[in-house]
Amino acid sequence: MNGPDREVVFRTRGLTKTYEMGEVTVHALRGVDLDLYAGEIVVLLGASGSGKSTLVNILGGLDTATSGQVLYHDQDLTRADDRELTEYRRHWVGFVFQFYNLIPSLTARENVAIVTEIAKDPMDPGEALEIAGLSGRGDSFPAQLSGGEQQRVAIARAIAKRPAVLLCDEPTGALDSKTGVVVLEALNRVNRELGTTTLIITHNEVQAEMAERVIYLRDGEIADVKVNERRTPPSELRW
Amino acid sequence: MRAIHRKMFRELKGMRSQAVAIGFVIVAGVATFVSMTSIYESLELTLTNYYEDQRFADGFVTIGRAPEHLADRLRQVSGVNEVQTRVVAAVNLEVPGFDQAVTGTVVSLPAGRQPLLNRVFIREGRLPEGGRDDEVLLNEVFAEAHELGPGEQLTAIIRGSRRTLTVVGIALSPEFLMQVQPGTIFPDPERYGVLWMEREALAAAYDMVGAFNDASFTLAPGAEIDAVIHRMDQFLDPYGGRGAFPRADQISHNMVQEEFNQLRGMATLLPIIFLGVAAFLLNIVVTRLIILQRQMIAILKAFGYRNRDVVLHYLSFVMVIAVAGIAVGILLGVWMGVLLGDLYLEFYRFPAIDYVLSFRVALTAIVLTLGAAAAGVFMSVRRAVRLQPAEAMRPAQPAAFRATVLERLGLQRFFDQPTRIIIRNLERQPGKSAATVVGISMASALMIMGSFSQDSFDYIASVQFGLSQREDFAVAFTDPASMSALHDLRALPGVLHAEPYRSVPVRLLHGHRSYQTAVEGIPEGAYLRRVLDAELQPISVPPEGIVLAAGLAEVLGVAAGDRITVEVQEGRRRTQEIPVTGVAEQFIGVGAYMDMEAVNRLAGAGQAISGGYLLVDGALEAELMSALRDRPRVAGISSTDKMLESFFEEMVGALIVFTLILSLFAAVIAFGVIYNSARISLSERDRELASLRVLGFTRAEISYIMLGEIAVLVLAAIPLGLLLGWAGSYLTVMAIQTELLRIPVVLQPSTFALAATVVLVSGLASALLIRRRLLRLDLIAVLKTRE
Repeated sequence: MNGPDREVVFRTRGLTKTYEMGEVTVHALRGVDLDLYAGEIVVLLGASGSGKSTLVNILGGLDTATSGQVLYHDQDLTRADDRELTEYRRHWVGFVFQFYNLIPSLTARENVAIVTEIAKDPMDPGEALEIAGLSGRGDSFPAQLSGGEQQRVAIARAIAKRPAVLLCDEPTGALDSKTGVVVLEALNRVNRELGTTTLIITHNEVQAEMAERVIYLRDGEIADVKVNERRTPPSELRW
Repeated sequence: MRAIHRKMFRELKGMRSQAVAIGFVIVAGVATFVSMTSIYESLELTLTNYYEDQRFADGFVTIGRAPEHLADRLRQVSGVNEVQTRVVAAVNLEVPGFDQAVTGTVVSLPAGRQPLLNRVFIREGRLPEGGRDDEVLLNEVFAEAHELGPGEQLTAIIRGSRRTLTVVGIALSPEFLMQVQPGTIFPDPERYGVLWMEREALAAAYDMVGAFNDASFTLAPGAEIDAVIHRMDQFLDPYGGRGAFPRADQISHNMVQEEFNQLRGMATLLPIIFLGVAAFLLNIVVTRLIILQRQMIAILKAFGYRNRDVVLHYLSFVMVIAVAGIAVGILLGVWMGVLLGDLYLEFYRFPAIDYVLSFRVALTAIVLTLGAAAAGVFMSVRRAVRLQPAEAMRPAQPAAFRATVLERLGLQRFFDQPTRIIIRNLERQPGKSAATVVGISMASALMIMGSFSQDSFDYIASVQFGLSQREDFAVAFTDPASMSALHDLRALPGVLHAEPYRSVPVRLLHGHRSYQTAVEGIPEGAYLRRVLDAELQPISVPPEGIVLAAGLAEVLGVAAGDRITVEVQEGRRRTQEIPVTGVAEQFIGVGAYMDMEAVNRLAGAGQAISGGYLLVDGALEAELMSALRDRPRVAGISSTDKMLESFFEEMVGALIVFTLILSLFAAVIAFGVIYNSARISLSERDRELASLRVLGFTRAEISYIMLGEIAVLVLAAIPLGLLLGWAGSYLTVMAIQTELLRIPVVLQPSTFALAATVVLVSGLASALLIRRRLLRLDLIAVLKTRE
């Protein structure tokens, strides 16, 4: 699985995660070995329950592994404590969630500002909104925006800190296909213009065509990795 | 402004009704605490300042008749600093427009100037001038009772002859802060008053020219009052000294101290309990409110906000409410404190109240309230950040519901689905249900603690004046008289029945404990004055032995069967050991009772009576009063009705004011807590309720689920609240009762009913407000986003 001579951003080895869900134990990840390279755009494909979100959450420092190792460059995330993980997220990671998770009491611009205000070298919230294709709606509250617009606010919020990695968990999951395409275009543009390593979770095979690499996850294990010889621009995707 | 602060203010605005309800709880707690504690401190300060400004004496002594030159010798008694000699006399008065007998005490003043000690505060007019034998200064309460002002006149009967006196001024004095006739325990300003006259004029009228019969003194720095009194007594014994006594035994001071002691209990213990409960409830509400923010906290954490930032964010959120509540609470508390101060001027005749809000009081209110709010934030935010953000953002796992007691008992078929949802919900989170029940019950307990004393005082009055003192009037003679005086009383117009009594001043001793009081002799088979036992049954006073009021028995540390030493404080001052044969239930005063003949044997002055109790035909009352007024031997007449009135006005009034405030604010707290609990429950459940609506449940059905749960909690809280209130009332009584006023815990059903009603009405009002929100439940929005 050694890719081109690109810098490795994430390296996981033997990563496992189990949850106690009430009286049942769920094995979400069963030994995942994975390298992600700087600047690439990767789609993580798998059925619901295959462990995609768990993997992304652990990479993003939102969750910790049960065993195994995750390195972010040289930093061992499996050994990091809560404070170190917080700093890691604060400076390096941008998240896009399926349900946007905007703060309803803040306008679009303020939803971006709440992140730029604690970042080291952020862009202007207006600039981030523009990159996400949402200039002109900065003063609207989330309730006044459509689903696609809300997700683009979330993207603007995720990229405004100029993160090293962008982790997107089913970013189009709650959107219709037309709006979904707009959102994916925004992600593609960010990747292209800022060179941010981007990992997109989806269970939609069609979307995999926009990635450089596609990683298939099944029952907590990597089932396959496919390198796209030719990437399809999001605007040409239909589902 | 930073985005995170905007978030705080916008969300605060979004939940303003809840914020206001939380604010109410804080305002009520703080205002109660600040007003009561500050007014008590202000009264203490006012008293101290007043005594100092008016140079209130440290000790007092009454003498038969002493030549003025003795004053210099008194000054030389070791430990004495300054001495003020005076003439003090009892006088019978006629007040125009008032047909009943009025007695008074006249105190001398140096001509045209203030005395060295016990200065008077001139409220209106001026001091009597030298060379005028008809000018008097009236004590304010007395003047007010008869609406007498400067320029008006009244008549004194001095040694049999009538003399017209002109009022030249209205005054206040630290000596008569409570104007109470010696031997009684209630002020009766219509029938007893204090007057001041110029010394020469008073001395001439009472054959005291060049002499004095009363002296007050201050102590030299470092002197011991007991030792000085002992030396004073030794020195004055040959001149007919009647025993010097310290300020602590001075009648007005003593009563003020007693009342202040009660107030202290009421004004320190209750408000702190109140504030504590408000703080506790605040803590519960804040904790639940923030736990609702679990997901929002996870998002902030995902962005990289540190735990500290999150705590600060929610802390500032709660602090805005708390600080506003405290500020309003303190302002309201000060405003009420000042109003209370004006009210207390009716009870305590100070020139003015020196109102202070001490830094300590304000700080206690601030620290306790902010501390409780902050603790709520810390505990709940800590719980929220302990979860991994990923976990916190996941929909909470379906709660582990189990079959409830009902199902295990196989009773579920009697309940429909919605009712089962209510029952399972309550049972699933027993801790939270219990906290809500405890919170509501504490609020209703405060209501009961606030209002129980009214019931208790009604009970005291009904026992004291209904069962124990059954006479209409008590007549006291100036000196012990023979039985023929009783026959004279019986012959007066309107008198239906008369019984004698004999009162002898005594000091009771047991071990190292002693108490100065009067022992009352009751004739065998007395009907009007009865001594009651703990079951309120009359105790017969045996021919030998003494019956003590329960409070007095406690002070002396004796029980029935013990022996005590009785030192007579008049005549030949005999001392005798007497067995205690019974302990009487007596709420007001500390009485000691003996058979009348036994008391007379003890006093050694033959068969004498000190006065009589009268049962009177109301239609002839006016005639009786004018007949009594002309009798020089009558020192005082007290009316039971007046005493009853005075009991409620003077003694109880001060406490009742507090209880009114307490119950009012307790009601506010009850509402604040119930409304918040209901609102938070709604936020916790709106998704579930919306899902049920989507599944086809009607609004009525989901309202039933939501409001049914609130109803169960409120109903469960009521009996617990009554129990807590009853226990709290006991605690309160322990803090406020004194020797002179024992307070039984009496709770009328109406008090319980009021507390229960306030809780029910708050529950109902909250339910209506919640129902409005249930009707507006947004089904789509709730289902579109997760958790």
